[in-house]
Amino acid sequence: MTALEIENLSIRYGARPVVSDVSLRLERGRTIGLVGESGSGKSSIANAAVGLAPISSGDIRVNGVSAVGRGGRARAARRRMQLIFQDPYSALDPRMPVGASIAEATLATGRTWTRAQRRSRVRELLEQVHLDPDRAGALPSAFSGGQRQRITIARALAGEPDVLIADEVTSALDVSVQSTVLNLLRELLQALGLSIVFISHNLAVVRYISDAIHVMRDGGIVDSGPTESLLDNPSAPYTRELLSAVPVLGERMTFEETAEP
Amino acid sequence: MRKLVSPAGIAAVLGTAVLLSAALAGPGTWGGAATEPAIVDRLAPAGAEHLFGTDDLGRDIFARVMVAARLSLLLTAGATAIGVLGGVLVGLTAAVLPKYPRRALVWVMDMLLAFPWLLLVLFCTVIWGATATGAMLAIGLAGIPNLTRLVYNLAASVSGQDYVRAARVVGVGPFGVLFRHILPNIANPLLVQAAASASVTLLAFAGLSFLDLGVQAPEYDWGRLLNEGIGSIYTNPMGAIGPGITIVFAGLVFTLVAEALADQAGQGVRSVTAAGRASMAPTGPGRAARAEDAAAPDGAVPQGAGTALAEVTDLRIAFPDGEGGLVERVHGVSLSVRPGEIVGIVGESGSGKSLTAMALADLSDASAVVRSATRRFDDIDLNTPLARGEGKRLGTELGIVFQDPLTSLNPALTIGRQLTEVSRTHLGMNRGEARERAAARLRAVGIPDPGDRLRDYPHQFSGGMRQRAMIGMALTGNPRLIIADEPTTALDVTVQKQVLGVLHQAQQATGAAIVLISHDIALVSGFCDRVVVMKDGAVVEELDARRIREEAGHPHTKGLIACLPDMRSDRDRPLPVIDAPLSAVAPPDEAVQGGAVAKVPAGDTGTRSRPSAT
Repeated sequence: MTALEIENLSIRYGARPVVSDVSLRLERGRTIGLVGESGSGKSSIANAAVGLAPISSGDIRVNGVSAVGRGGRARAARRRMQLIFQDPYSALDPRMPVGASIAEATLATGRTWTRAQRRSRVRELLEQVHLDPDRAGALPSAFSGGQRQRITIARALAGEPDVLIADEVTSALDVSVQSTVLNLLRELLQALGLSIVFISHNLAVVRYISDAIHVMRDGGIVDSGPTESLLDNPSAPYTRELLSAVPVLGERMTFEETAEP
Repeated sequence: MRKLVSPAGIAAVLGTAVLLSAALAGPGTWGGAATEPAIVDRLAPAGAEHLFGTDDLGRDIFARVMVAARLSLLLTAGATAIGVLGGVLVGLTAAVLPKYPRRALVWVMDMLLAFPWLLLVLFCTVIWGATATGAMLAIGLAGIPNLTRLVYNLAASVSGQDYVRAARVVGVGPFGVLFRHILPNIANPLLVQAAASASVTLLAFAGLSFLDLGVQAPEYDWGRLLNEGIGSIYTNPMGAIGPGITIVFAGLVFTLVAEALADQAGQGVRSVTAAGRASMAPTGPGRAARAEDAAAPDGAVPQGAGTALAEVTDLRIAFPDGEGGLVERVHGVSLSVRPGEIVGIVGESGSGKSLTAMALADLSDASAVVRSATRRFDDIDLNTPLARGEGKRLGTELGIVFQDPLTSLNPALTIGRQLTEVSRTHLGMNRGEARERAAARLRAVGIPDPGDRLRDYPHQFSGGMRQRAMIGMALTGNPRLIIADEPTTALDVTVQKQVLGVLHQAQQATGAAIVLISHDIALVSGFCDRVVVMKDGAVVEELDARRIREEAGHPHTKGLIACLPDMRSDRDRPLPVIDAPLSAVAPPDEAVQGGAVAKVPAGDTGTRSRPSAT
């Protein structure tokens, strides 16, 4: 079954088109990766999906229900998607205990929770992301960057989403922390049957976690396909360019094509 | 509550106590002396019996000042409360309104802001008449636009934060966002502003009452007493000066309260003074060595000047911990760079890689305590105070490229102005020559139409362009060493490659040595000749970049290599994790796993700066 369908989506900021005519499908339990340089429109798609940015045309459907517009059905459909942000330092309210931040997100489930239910759910979620549930009362400043990113993942899970949108979630983290966050996402993917849209400019990271990859440039998709075939036999010139730019351990970089921008 | 122990905090608490007790006990204690006319004592001068003298009905002026405290403070509090409540209400309303009504409201408030407040008060006085309540309403209302603007600006900056966006995604409504996220996060600056505006309000009241527009007889506040005292200023100066002193005192207390509150918001002043104390303390052998070096006769070139272009041995860098002590962050690092060599320093946040490189460039944070056995660039000894010509040489022969050119380029100056600075100050070129040189440098780093682009401001350049310009700037002085601190971390792979290409070309063309700092071991190994791996402020391994995969021996190096996914990683297995053994001095980022809060020194330049939240 299709968890997320994006159809002919266009987004415009003022007169400037940032995404034009993009279509995507994400099957339940799968992960798709969006790669591309900054300004290619990847984050705009994420923001539009959860309702943080207006769309100018096209449709976004979650489990077959349109998530576009102001109606109650569209709003409920949007809540089925949760966003994890890039910067774990600004993604948590510095004055709110992390447990309260997570508890707040249970609102997205649309059910009413008693205080006790909420508390036990917060503990459960903190355990799920491998943090000590007794620290729910601590402020974000008591946690490291990697731990904060886990808390934001727990918050996203509190809404019991069908689709998780991870927008550059590891690019602010150290490589050792990055690997723990990636492993956690994989683990959750398998345990909870989530569907993930994984956005990053790091091709190796996207490759590691995604079943299929869409390469974006200038607001459009220039290449897409299953991860292996896309990266092993890149057909689009831009994909080849991206691949050749990824540094490889111990291999001297070559710079012949960079004389002029 | 340790923050209240600061001098401003103590003074604020004491002052508030004095004002409050006067307001509470004043009328009860001095009520009689303040109201009973005693014609015999009329217009008595200040003395032991009557501290401020007496007025024309023989009432003790000091007693009247104390009694007036209640009314004066009540009026001030009332007007401030009106201003703050109104400001919060209007400001937050503006923050949640849709675009056009919001603009209209802000526009109206801006107009009122430009309107002189005294005129507004006079206008209100006409409506409500010259009464104390009228004056309070008038001053309170007049304060609203100012506080509205503050609240609106604060709210706007908070509501752009990711945590507010996250709350909106989970379905928290506008009022929920206001009360749960925005208000708690703007409360502190708002309180500071409220205390500061209370002091202005107090003065405004004194002024209005003095002008007969405020409190009317037989009621009296400090301003009214000032008014009454001024008539006999020649016979009994204290009659006017006394209330004056009281007003100044109360105003000072409000300002101190504001200061103490602001102090609590960040620990600016405290950490600065602690840093000052720490750097004054001449501790350790390095400091002593430094003093000896300074005393030694000049011209003593350190050994090995012929082989290494720059070197440090036994480098130790410590920062004040905010409580009078020092935390060492770099523990005895030795590093040397040969002419034309490309050295990479790789490590996690807090590994001390940037601190080490910046010490090599003599650009350590002012709060850092840097000690080393030797620290030199070419024949310049950086452990001794620089001679006149040496500073100039460092300025031209050392080039620095930072991670985020948007913060390291001045947004208010054109690229051209910043690129010509080195040529003009250090090389003594005139404007034309310097511009020509700057344009040539921009062309060299691959920026088209360099002559025109010199007139652009940094924000008109893309991220990659800015980094090119930054490299161009580092090249202006014909550097012999370029230190690039995470120059491509904020950039995409393709742009990263272009920027590194520019750096590479520069190296080829000028023969300068490069120190490249990065957390990406693949990148460093691909660009550099030699890779220095750092962890927790110490070098764990130095490796030939070409043979890094085979020769990596230290578990940390192996961990850094393994945990980085590459195009060959097995997608069906979890990534290897560095199970960081928490050594005595853990890096700040992951130092908090045990539950204790990590202390990050004030001048922490070692961590990667966070990406902007836009």
